Amino acid sequence: MAEAGWEHFHHVADIGVRGYGATVEEAFAQTALALTAVIADPAVIVPRLPVAIECTAPDQELLLVDWLNAIIYEMATRAMLFSRFTVRIAGELLIGEAWGERVEVARHRPAVEVKGATYTALRVSEEGGRWLAQCVVDV
Amino acid sequence: MDLNLFTRHDAYTWRINPRGRMRVPAVIFADERLIREMDDKVYEQVTNVATLPGIVKAAYAMPDAHWGYGFPIGGVAAFDAEAGGVVSAGGVGFDISCGVRTLTTGLAADEILARQQELALALARAIPAGVGSTGGLRLDAKGMDAMLAGGARWAVAEGYGTREDLARIEEGGQMSGAVPEEVSDHAKKRQRDEMGTLGSGNHYLEVQQVMEVYDPAAAALFGLRVGEVVVSIHCGSRGLGHQIGTEFMKRMALAASRYGIQLPDRELACAPINSPDGQAYLGAMRAAINCALANRQILTHLTRAAFSDFFPQAEPALLYDVSHNTCKVEEHEVDGRCRQLYIHRKGATRAFGPGHGELPEIYRDTGQPVLIGGTMGTESYILAGTAASEGQAFSSACHGAGRAMSRHAALKKWRGRQLVDELAGRGILIRSPSSRGVAEEAPGAYKDVSAVVEAAHQAGLARKVARVEPLICIKG
Repeated sequence: MAEAGWEHFHHVADIGVRGYGATVEEAFAQTALALTAVIADPAVIVPRLPVAIECTAPDQELLLVDWLNAIIYEMATRAMLFSRFTVRIAGELLIGEAWGERVEVARHRPAVEVKGATYTALRVSEEGGRWLAQCVVDV
Repeated sequence: MDLNLFTRHDAYTWRINPRGRMRVPAVIFADERLIREMDDKVYEQVTNVATLPGIVKAAYAMPDAHWGYGFPIGGVAAFDAEAGGVVSAGGVGFDISCGVRTLTTGLAADEILARQQELALALARAIPAGVGSTGGLRLDAKGMDAMLAGGARWAVAEGYGTREDLARIEEGGQMSGAVPEEVSDHAKKRQRDEMGTLGSGNHYLEVQQVMEVYDPAAAALFGLRVGEVVVSIHCGSRGLGHQIGTEFMKRMALAASRYGIQLPDRELACAPINSPDGQAYLGAMRAAINCALANRQILTHLTRAAFSDFFPQAEPALLYDVSHNTCKVEEHEVDGRCRQLYIHRKGATRAFGPGHGELPEIYRDTGQPVLIGGTMGTESYILAGTAASEGQAFSSACHGAGRAMSRHAALKKWRGRQLVDELAGRGILIRSPSSRGVAEEAPGAYKDVSAVVEAAHQAGLARKVARVEPLICIKG
């Protein structure tokens, strides 16, 4: 079983977010955690409330960007941060949930807003049973 | 970058001759050190831009250029609609109409220094900044559309600032051709709580001292005197612009093949200017420009209110407001013929020279003020457009220092608290809700702004007028 996880990677002005998992869904959920970690430490965000997210795109890479942008939209309009994600993908459709709570500056100490997920260094791939999903986000 | 990739035209102009699918050359303005240290991605991206349909003359990169999204940050490109030219959401960027405005205060630095701590605290309280901050203004649907159509002109009518401000903003404070109906409900909802907010990242409000004047005549007209204080505000169209950028990037990426456009990089997503997708983007993007102008106008009002509590005699006057992420229709002479072109400036500032018809009367003789932001620990510059600028890159100049190091690397190298203390020791007060945000924006993570500005000056993109240094910096 491939181990799930996330990391950031280098981009000179912004930040790359990368997730791994045994399935594409798990990799997408981990990339969302990497996105959260650009803003704040996911460990201090309590997954109190779920927000439903749905998006469609003609390929997996565009679907990843849509997924991340949908989370960015929910963070911005609900003033929330998320620390737990579930993802189901069926063809062009992604149905997911983001669990989190309202931003509390003193506790979450958010560093920066994310403006959007981009197509830079965008990749969704599988190798030896391990899925990878990544792109650069604009901050 | 490897200098062998270029034909050196002169000390500050590096040319890449067309090869492969490039329709025009690519030109980078920089001194030798800047170009050696420039990210390799700038080469790849500026040559990719040169392949786009309808591009005119050349694809350009400014001295502060670095790796961007499709276009390099610091990129300039002109397209002719009649020659199948395109408009690109990536060529404008996510933070549509991000820009800088500077206010002169007439106050001496000593007056500020006597109350520096209190003023820093008052500004930090008055200016909503950082993640989760909200503005004091909520717009209903009708108000939102009026703001998107009216820009700073709308803001002044609502009581934010004065009519005199408007002449000192590009487009007279109101971008024409905005179509609020092309702005999605999502984008409008994202802006609902964000009017009059600074944002985060590299956005700031700075109280700065004029340290040196290079062009006394222009400086006098700009109201800049050594030892006096100005305020500069750097921010953009907030969530609304980000959402429009996001939505049109996808729409154009999917539409490009329908228009027979082969994209060397999906991030160069674009559509013909004369197409429904191109026109929809232009309408929405212009509305976002108005949002940015209104936002900076509201922040100006908040700044003036904070200053008046300390210095009731001061009347901070707008020097100028420039946007550095835009696509604007302008007339330029190409090969002896006047053509209407769609000029993309992604991290580049318009720099019209003296006598240009679009400049306000007050700046007709000096050329357009060009406001170049440095970092929280270093100098910023005020320049002016030159007559030579038109022949270089469609009257464009650099926009800032340009990043040299990733946020990730900066975070490993610096601690926010330590930076705040160090800068306080040098007389610069940083106020930010985020210590990590300060570390990511460490002055050392940027290029040397003085070298960038000198290269722009020497290349004839704009000429130096004055140098300012920070006394107070409010960061998101």
